[in-house]
Amino acid sequence: MTFPLISFYLFAAITTFAALAVVSVRSPVHAALCLVLTFFSAACTWLLADAEFLAIALVLVYVGAVMVLFLFVVMMLDVDIDPLREGFIKALPVGLAVAIVMLVEMLALIGVRSLQVPQIADPALAAGMSNTQWLALALFNQFLLPFEVAALILTVAIVAAIPLTLRRRSGVRMQNPAQQVRVQARERIRVVKMAAERPAPQPETTTP
Amino acid sequence: MNYIIDAYQFCASYFPTLTMAVALLLFPLLPVIIAVAMYVWWERKVIGWMHIRLGPSKIGPFGLAQTFADVFKLLLKEIIYPAKANKGLFLLAPLWALVPALAAWAVVPIGSHVAWSDANAGLLFLLAMTSMGVYGIIIAGWASNSRYAMLGAMRSAAQVVSYEIAMGFSLVSVLILAGSLNLSDIVNAQAGSKGLFDWFWLPLLPMFIIYFVSGVAETNRLPFDMAEGESEIVAGFHVEYSGAPFAVFFLTEYANMILVSFMVPLLFLGGWLSPFPVSWGWLGAPGWWWLFAKMFFFATAYLWLRATFPRYRYDQIMRLGWKVFIPITLAWVFVAGCMKYFGWVVAGA
Repeated sequence: MTFPLISFYLFAAITTFAALAVVSVRSPVHAALCLVLTFFSAACTWLLADAEFLAIALVLVYVGAVMVLFLFVVMMLDVDIDPLREGFIKALPVGLAVAIVMLVEMLALIGVRSLQVPQIADPALAAGMSNTQWLALALFNQFLLPFEVAALILTVAIVAAIPLTLRRRSGVRMQNPAQQVRVQARERIRVVKMAAERPAPQPETTTP
Repeated sequence: MNYIIDAYQFCASYFPTLTMAVALLLFPLLPVIIAVAMYVWWERKVIGWMHIRLGPSKIGPFGLAQTFADVFKLLLKEIIYPAKANKGLFLLAPLWALVPALAAWAVVPIGSHVAWSDANAGLLFLLAMTSMGVYGIIIAGWASNSRYAMLGAMRSAAQVVSYEIAMGFSLVSVLILAGSLNLSDIVNAQAGSKGLFDWFWLPLLPMFIIYFVSGVAETNRLPFDMAEGESEIVAGFHVEYSGAPFAVFFLTEYANMILVSFMVPLLFLGGWLSPFPVSWGWLGAPGWWWLFAKMFFFATAYLWLRATFPRYRYDQIMRLGWKVFIPITLAWVFVAGCMKYFGWVVAGA
């Protein structure tokens, strides 16, 4: 067993256990953190397959941004987990069935591919450039239209999400930054010229 | 000395991978930790001078040993766990902040292709590691079981995620001009006959400023230190931390500051390239000392900002990030694309 193979088994085992923990731990915050671990160890296995761009992009996008927001929401909501867990056993057969179908599909795909296609050499290596560069050239030359369509769909999704959550409240007092910047010092403060000390009290004049 | 070399060679011949891993871990760590100690001393000195006082002056020459005394004090103090705190996550949080901050140093070059890992996707790795650091803060806030800590964590999460977008876009324009994700290639793309004026700060001037300001916001330093905000939420996310875990948070923050101070010169100011023409002899030669001089300027600029500006209000921070920085960076990515397409800026010319 070579060192990369040992590392692969280690990362794959961590990925699997973390993924199992996501659905089995009690606290939602722990589940979210286990999901972070799953993403990270999956990225590690991708790195072992020399897909460094995809691996780091996975960490950057899912671990660095998506899961932060996810954790943010989970921490803010005080979820009462016990009623949620009552359906666990009931949903288990369905979940298992879906998992088994997915496993069979994946195995079938891998099997068919290995029979069908002769082993392809790494295209980035064959072209003599780095993985990232090759991916960029393929994405922006060969697959430009699908890439742009995907970007457009995501933008539409963002725009659509905003009206769904936008509520206009009356009586909200907003800051106007332009007005704040335009304020001059002399409108706000008035410098008063006055003596620094009080005049000394006059000695009492005794009336004769 | 010979014993050490013999021991190293013994380990390297019997456990090559393990020895490599340990060596690769230790060599960047020690300089970073010592640099952090010196930086803390320098911060207190500089801010002292700006306040017209002396700063640390009692322990060691010029007060140099003050930081080490503070570190030992912190390490020997008791760790206090808040009631009903999640103990595991409470201790995990500082480590989760520290490990990505140190891992990011693996790809930082100090000369052409002189780095622990001369990775092709170096810049992306760096961005991924710095974006992971925010977990430490969020988990610390949640696991402390404290209102103030939670508020600090929420502020920090929102702020870091917002400024990461502007930071990412300013990196995109650097990548467009350099045509590479490798940090050494990015610096080499800034070399040219015009010296100083071939560096990326000139074509990407708004991005240069936005990158540094976002870097200050990402590291939660003044004037963006809403996550700590002493006058509002006591000490923010680390309000419940004492002793060694607090020292780890402290170390992380300063290691990240030094990292940003390295990144600004590497991306925009020609890294180890000299600002003078090559014909000036040793002054015109590239070398690590240029990189360190530029790094030192930005590291000091951090302290200068801290001593100069009051803290931002939270809505102002969000406004600056979303309504000012992100539109400017989006527009400038387009401008950078035009510069590349029409050949106004040629990498490495």
